[in-house]
Amino acid sequence: MRKIKEFVIEKLILLSGLASIFFVILIFLFLLKEGLALFKITSPFDFLFGKSWYPISEPPQLGILPLILGSLLVTVGAAVISVPIGVGCAVYIAEVAPLKIREVLKAGIELLAAIPSVVLGFIGMVTLVPLVKNVFHLPTGLTALSGSIMLAFMAMPTIVSIAEDALYSVPKTYKEGAFALGATHWQTIWRVMLPAASSGILAAVMLGIGRVIGETMAVMMITGNAAVIPHSILVPVRTLTATIAAEMGEAVVGSEHYFALFAIGIVLFVISFAINVTADLCLHKKQS
Amino acid sequence: MVKFKIRDLDVWFGPTHAIKQVNMEIQSHEILSVIGPSNSGKTTFLRTLNRLSDLHASFRMSGIVEMERVDTRGMDVETLRRKIGMVFALPLPLPLSIFENVAYGIRMQGVKNRKTLEEKVEEALQQGYLWDEVKDRLDESAFKLSGGQQQRLCIARTLAVQPEVILFDEPCSGLDPISTAKVEDAMVELKKKYTIILVTNNVKQAARVGDKTAFFLSGELVELDRTDKIFTAPQDQRTEDYISGKFG
Repeated sequence: MRKIKEFVIEKLILLSGLASIFFVILIFLFLLKEGLALFKITSPFDFLFGKSWYPISEPPQLGILPLILGSLLVTVGAAVISVPIGVGCAVYIAEVAPLKIREVLKAGIELLAAIPSVVLGFIGMVTLVPLVKNVFHLPTGLTALSGSIMLAFMAMPTIVSIAEDALYSVPKTYKEGAFALGATHWQTIWRVMLPAASSGILAAVMLGIGRVIGETMAVMMITGNAAVIPHSILVPVRTLTATIAAEMGEAVVGSEHYFALFAIGIVLFVISFAINVTADLCLHKKQS
Repeated sequence: MVKFKIRDLDVWFGPTHAIKQVNMEIQSHEILSVIGPSNSGKTTFLRTLNRLSDLHASFRMSGIVEMERVDTRGMDVETLRRKIGMVFALPLPLPLSIFENVAYGIRMQGVKNRKTLEEKVEEALQQGYLWDEVKDRLDESAFKLSGGQQQRLCIARTLAVQPEVILFDEPCSGLDPISTAKVEDAMVELKKKYTIILVTNNVKQAARVGDKTAFFLSGELVELDRTDKIFTAPQDQRTEDYISGKFG
């Protein structure tokens, strides 16, 4: 009797384990099936490097270069803002802050992670967008810069908590060794702690960027959604994710437009996958 | 010359009374061995000298530790730690190259000139008895060295900042006998220029290298005398029991 119970439980756990892989494979296959259909009509080169996205003109123009550049611009902008602040915050929490402030900050960071992105987008729309408009004297505040600032807020919790873990797991002996040589606190952080935690911090940055590039709702609300190649960070852009979200509802099933949106999904999938693998490699390097 | 003068030193970590009413003087240019069973306060004593204990949140002390008649608690802590080098039980190279490990402390003092840096690193490695073994691979990671070499690298790193005192915290506990002998040779050579305080679990090591020996038990300093006296005619029964192996 006990053996049967063991057997059943073991198999159930096995099934749950396999289920996650199974679903990922299913999703990927479906994405491939719908997305690759596009390339019977348009060449991959024209798709990836085409300069105009007019999916409902006749014939449709399905070049996603403006969207890729839009995503990149917003992501790079978000990284430039969130990485220094996030890593600085992690250093403060892990190394400098007194115990009480540390607890408060950590709770605050977790709370930031818990805010739904649509709420952040909404707040950005009514506060950040007018601010950007007035500061730079622009015709509209719906720009790549607004998106970058908003996304920086979303990447920050990931970056802070993982980078803080990495700093925390640097052996205490390194720190004592540096102190025993007469290093000041800052010298110890800069020359010993940060290099020793570098792979973990890099992973934190990659995962933060991964979050940014996959984010949809907030960017759609505040970047202006103009599918043109951006020439500055102060113009409206449209990202890959926002395109799918905005157009999937109106695309005719089985049309070129429909297939193109799935192909964009493949592009996003590949980018996220590459970022996650890089982050994994960074973390793995730290353990070995 | 008296290097350290310690008066009525008490140390607590939270509720634990780690060092009880210790009074002693430490002379310069000699090796003082500190022996005693584990948890007897030896390492705490060492870490109180260079104020590394301060890093503990629950650390409290009373009494006075003077270095050359100056209260160490009134000194700038970085200056103090530069004067008092420390070598730890486990060799702990920083995650840098061999060269950079030694250069670290020198750079911290503001030396930027590459030539000066190279000279000082070589000098320190020679004093640490390591130069001949590493001179062709200074750019390799310090983690590639053997345990004994890593420990001598740590000694060289400590010497590079030209301290006046060197604290050794069980420096040979993880080393084989041959590496141990090399580290001991280095210590005997170093006492000509530096004051050395050696905490060791190895009673025989204390007998081999120490000019004086202090015996700690449960946070108290039981006895402090010349090494030959401690090992031939100890005043206290507990000292005799410990060195003859009746407990420990």
